[in-house]
This record gives sequence, structure tokens and C-alpha cells, in this order.
Amino acid sequence: MISVKNIEKKFGKLIALDQVSLEMEAGKSYALIGPNGSGKTTLIKSLLGLVVPSAGEILIDGKTILNDWKYREKIGYMPQIGRYPENMRIGQLFDMMKNIRQEVTKTDEELLEAFKLYKIFDKRMHALSGGTRQKVSACLAFLFHAPILILDEPTAGLDPVAVEILKEKVLHEKRMGKLLIITSHILSDLEELSTEMVYLYEGRLQYHNSIAMLKEETNESRLNKAVATLIKQKELLASVTE
Amino acid sequence: MTRVLKYVFYDILRTRFILFYTAFLLVCTFALFQFDSDYGKIVLSLMNIVLMVVPLIAVVFTTIHLYNSYEFMELMLAQPIHRNIVFLSEYMGVALSLCMAYLIGIGLPFLLFGGIAYSATLLSTGIFLTLVFVSLAFLSAVLTRDKAKAIGIALLFWFYFSLIYDGLLLWVVYSFSDYPLEKVTLALIAFNPIDLARIILLLQLDISALMGYTGAFYKDFFGSHVGLLFSAGILTIWVIAPIALATRIFARKDL
Repeated sequence: MISVKNIEKKFGKLIALDQVSLEMEAGKSYALIGPNGSGKTTLIKSLLGLVVPSAGEILIDGKTILNDWKYREKIGYMPQIGRYPENMRIGQLFDMMKNIRQEVTKTDEELLEAFKLYKIFDKRMHALSGGTRQKVSACLAFLFHAPILILDEPTAGLDPVAVEILKEKVLHEKRMGKLLIITSHILSDLEELSTEMVYLYEGRLQYHNSIAMLKEETNESRLNKAVATLIKQKELLASVTE
Repeated sequence: MTRVLKYVFYDILRTRFILFYTAFLLVCTFALFQFDSDYGKIVLSLMNIVLMVVPLIAVVFTTIHLYNSYEFMELMLAQPIHRNIVFLSEYMGVALSLCMAYLIGIGLPFLLFGGIAYSATLLSTGIFLTLVFVSLAFLSAVLTRDKAKAIGIALLFWFYFSLIYDGLLLWVVYSFSDYPLEKVTLALIAFNPIDLARIILLLQLDISALMGYTGAFYKDFFGSHVGLLFSAGILTIWVIAPIALATRIFARKDL
């Protein structure tokens, strides 16, 4: 469904993505992990066309996304930091998004109900707490039944009840056969939500396999232990080759 | 496009700045009508306001608006909408609302007190200047991510065209005063939209006699259809070139 071919992105001297190639299929859920500044968000933004790669190409359903915009109707995106017009009310924001995408007649408002956002529809965006903002972002990502869902640190800043609601929704969508890409630093969340793991380090793709395989390779039963072992192995390997 | 444009308008109207701008122009024009009843003199007085204030308001308002709607643009760009559509909707929204404010602010008093025929040139050059400086401000906004820098660049455009360029032009004319310079200055004027607007306006007012031989030469040139087409063409280039360049840069910009 998504194939990333040798993409490279430089911001001045900094290499944010270095020859990353990746195949992603529908029905699978990908956990995108890596330390801060390893290029996760840059990769996601390249998928959305917000960042234009310096080299390489990205194909979605076999078509290149360069200079294309129509493909974005297939993507639901929840940004890490949701930035919205500050003096708009929540209700107006949702009305606007629905109006902009009139071709989608039936919207998915399950999350809106679950988060009880209807009650605060007349609150302005600048008056929202970080967590409520996250909830708004989550609702917008799921609103248009997009077959690809990209969630950038979805659970950061949410209260435990909201986290459970969101996880439930994500799992539901996964069962519907959607392609999910999730980044997070909370590995226990990812263990529940994802089946595949993609590990980025300093802009390079270090590991890509199913979580089950990773656990087997590292002889660990829990994902956070397995990832820690993986990182240690990589570091050891790096120190040997140096 | 119209859907995005609607929200741009909505956002601009909510800040009320446009309303203040309209009110300011209305008050100025009404006040001048109280002082004098000679349309020519009113147009002349307004000309000075138009040549200084209109470009200044256009650049400052445009850059501030663009940076304030960064979130909106980011939100739209994650949707299935072409980048150019988002960008040009912003342009149309800003340009149309500033032009409307100008048309109402200057045009309405003329409509009420009569003399709309006198104001035709004033209105059209003012609209052209608004469009030119909105374009330049868009260009400065895509050149840098920093809001303060962008406003700085935009103000520099204004400063350059309304003051510095004239100084340079005067220096050239003064240094080479022994040579016939009519055609050279004519060409140099085309590089400054404000000067172009000023000359078109002055020639309309029959005070070109005050400008001596050069005035007569300009009158001859700008008074003709060719001259009118020439100046309209140059101003159109001044509108289109910066915004076209800005659109190109924006199309490949990382957000």
C-alpha cells in the first residue's frame, strides 16, 4: 500500500533521513520507534507531502505522491503537536473540516462521542489544555474513514481514561483492515496496538520486522525489554565495527 | 478553492482590522470633502495618502495575517487539497478584502458627493498598488520562517519603493542632468510601482505643466493609449511576478 524507496532528506547539513526504504501493507499496524530526533516525524511528514524529500520517492497504491494531492484523502493524520486556528471554536473547527471535505458524506464521530467533546464545542482552541487538543487531533484523524491512519505520539498528554478509549478505537480500526502507523515512546502501548516494528536511528532504518519475530530473536517476552536488547546489540555492533 | 477561500475571509473579517482600515480611509476622504469642493485638489491630497499608506498597510497586514494563519494552512495541507490552492486562496482572501476596503473607503464618498469620474484613476491605481504590495509581502513571507524577519523584508520593500528608490532616481537625474534623460527616467520609473502610480495620477490632474519639459513628455506618453497600456501592463507584471515566484517557492517548502 505504501512503499518508500530510498528517500533522503537533508535540512542544511543535518541528514534527517538517510536512504530509508520501507514497504507497508494494509491490515498491518506499524510501530515507528527511535530516539528523539531520529527522523520519525520527518518520515511521517514526507508521507503527507508536508516535507519534500531531497531524493527517492514514495508510492501510495502504486502512484508517486510527488506533486499529487488527491492521495491525501486516504490518510488520517494525528500530529504530535496539533496546531489549529487559535480563535476558532471546537465546533467550528469540525464544521470547517467537514465542509472542506464535503465529498465524505458519512463521518466517523465515535471518538467525538466517547471523548464527550460535544459538551465543549463552544470552547475556543486557545483555551484548550494539551490533552483536550490531543483529543481534537485524534477525532479529526478518524473523522473521514481514511484507510491509512498515521498517529504521531497519540497517547502523549492524554489521561488514562482517554488513552483506553483511543486504544480501543485504534484496535477497532486495525481489525477493519486499515494500515496504521504509530509512533510512541511508550512501548507498552505499542505492544498492544502494533504487529510490526520499524526502528529508526539517526535517520537510518535499523530494524524492520514483526514484533513476534523481534521477541523471538532477542529471547524476551516483553516489547520494552526486547527493544532495549535490540538497541544494546546494535550499539555493540557499532562499537565493534568502529 | 471557494471553500478554503470562505474560511480565509471569515478569519480576516474576525480580526476587524479591515473594518478599521475602511473606516480610516472613509474618515480621511470625508474630511477632505469638508475642506474643499474642488475634486482635483481632493484627489491630489488623497494621492499622497494612497501612495504612502496603502502599500504600508498592505505589506504589514499581509505578513501578519499570513503568519497568524500558519496553523490553518498546515491543517489544510494535510487534507486532500493542492498546495497552490491553499496558497492562492490566502492571496485572494487578503487581496480581495484589502481592495474592497479601499474601494469602499475612497469610492463611497466620491459616489455620495459626486465626482466619481475624477476618482477612477485614483481607485484603479490604488487597487494596483494594493495587489502589488500584497504580492511582495507574500514573497517575503515564503522567503523566511521567522515572522519578524518577514515583516522586516516586507517593510524594506515598502521603504525601498517609497523612499530609497526615489532618492537614487533623483541622484541619477541630478548627476546626468546634462544629458536628455526622459526616456531613461521613463524606463527607470517602470521599476518602481509607486512612482508609476504617482505619475499616472499626477498627469490626470493637469498639473503636469509644473513639471516642465519632462512633464510634457510624460503627458504625451502616458496620455496616449499606448502609455496607458504600458503602465497597466507594467503594474500587472508587478502583481504577477512576485506572487508567481512565491507560489513556486511555497510548492516545495517544508512545513
